[in-house]
Amino acid sequence: MKTEKASLLVKGNEAIALGAMAAGCECYFAYPITPQSEIPEMLSRILVEAGGEFVQAESEIAAANMLLGATACGKRAMTSSSSPGISLKQEAISYMAGSQLPAVIVNVCRGGPGLGSIDPSQGDYYQSTRGGGHGDYRTLTLAPASCQEAYDQTIQAFDLAFRYRNPVVVLGDAILGQMKEPIQAWKERAIQDSRGLSWSLSGARGRKPRLLKSLYLSDGALAGHNRLLQEKYQAMRVECDWEAYKTDDAELIIVAFGSMGRISKSAVRQLRERGLPVGLFRPITLFPFPDEPLAKLAEEGKRFLTIENNAGQMVDDVRLAVRRQSDSELYSVLPGILANPTDLLEPIQRVLHT
Amino acid sequence: MYQDVIIAGFGGQGVMLIGNVVAFAAMEQKLRVTFMPVYGVEMRGGTANCTVVISDEEIGSPIIFSPQTSILMNQPSVEKFQSRLEDGGVQLVNASIVDADLLEQDRIRTISVPANELADELGSVKMANMVMLGAWLQATGCLPLKAVQAALGQVFGEHNARLIPLNQKGLERGAAFVASQAERPVL
Repeated sequence: MKTEKASLLVKGNEAIALGAMAAGCECYFAYPITPQSEIPEMLSRILVEAGGEFVQAESEIAAANMLLGATACGKRAMTSSSSPGISLKQEAISYMAGSQLPAVIVNVCRGGPGLGSIDPSQGDYYQSTRGGGHGDYRTLTLAPASCQEAYDQTIQAFDLAFRYRNPVVVLGDAILGQMKEPIQAWKERAIQDSRGLSWSLSGARGRKPRLLKSLYLSDGALAGHNRLLQEKYQAMRVECDWEAYKTDDAELIIVAFGSMGRISKSAVRQLRERGLPVGLFRPITLFPFPDEPLAKLAEEGKRFLTIENNAGQMVDDVRLAVRRQSDSELYSVLPGILANPTDLLEPIQRVLHT
Repeated sequence: MYQDVIIAGFGGQGVMLIGNVVAFAAMEQKLRVTFMPVYGVEMRGGTANCTVVISDEEIGSPIIFSPQTSILMNQPSVEKFQSRLEDGGVQLVNASIVDADLLEQDRIRTISVPANELADELGSVKMANMVMLGAWLQATGCLPLKAVQAALGQVFGEHNARLIPLNQKGLERGAAFVASQAERPVL
């Protein structure tokens, strides 16, 4: 349960580090990269003081494989990086998904492709929600829009990772990482005892040995394993979360996530003050995607405009969700442009009046 | 209650400190607040800016294109942000180093504060940022001066505690300067 303490004024990155501590994180492995370096900076102090393991690895690839090892032992463990570094981690993430390991991966997204820029971007939506590495797998993906959500959802990420034995991605961006807001901290949890886990590699004395693997060569074994994984991804649908703002009487609904969600919210408020019937739907879980509430809004005759700080990625999921009754327009703010509410007013009105 | 401000100047003028102090004081006043630094491949002597939004309701965007108010510590900041100020907005300009001919007076309201000179009189030109912040507090009335003075202690930390009294004086000096220019808050 939440136990409220005094407010803290922190950057989103610091909120993530504090959230990891509150979730009982025992191990953190990473390699520095802008715009998320406050996460390792803070954890290098507070995680070590709490008796945890902090490793600044020799590379992102090494950090991701250390995460694999720690989670295989049932440890509550995390890595963080930004877009190019997350790309390097994808092989290990695929192996962790295949081996069903409860890893937490934070991506404070920056401009791409390639080294891109250190500016805000939402260009890693596909990478986060489609698996990112090779094979048929999905990672639960959470998209915080405020420092409080960054804190809360990092805690939630650990819980979801263990509930489903699956990697969980927390997808922020440079706005979230660098912005400061007050947060309310929860009471920190004790470090979790991993010895009670039925699957972890904790030493086989007195019990049968366990095997964690992602290689299935015998006849039918891989199909069975994939069936189990797909059933698990279906079961995750109960975790769908979203925010609906003034959608009831809206004609046009803006769909936007993360920082773009709250920038859009300001635009929606300004247009509401002018009497225009617009609302906001902000997915909080990107996988599983909240398609049922969107489909319901489509059944009510709403129209949709997806706004993203990328060339148009989530719009695919919005179109799939509403496809039986409706469609979604797209307004793309390309990475490299810092979005603001004023720039959204005209494009929203243009779609509303067509 | 809603108030936003863009604070801009040279790197080293204490622009980010102004933003941090305002954000902390707003939090202590139980208000919602966002502080958004614009960072990048900046270097000393380059320009720095940040945006602070204060509200008694949930804050949407932490990024504002056309702010209600601005604190502009140098000439490049005026060149960049003056035209973006919303109609009827208030800008506080460091008149010590900004060309007065550039300042608009009709569309917006400009308050010229000789911040470097006022800070010099206090014994350190480094207090120019606190003078400008004090002036902004007086002009907007959005946070009590005492609350911001109290916030300095929290933001500075023990290591820099000896600097707090002079910074508090800087805030008072800026507020007094604006009070002597106008009888009531301009917002």
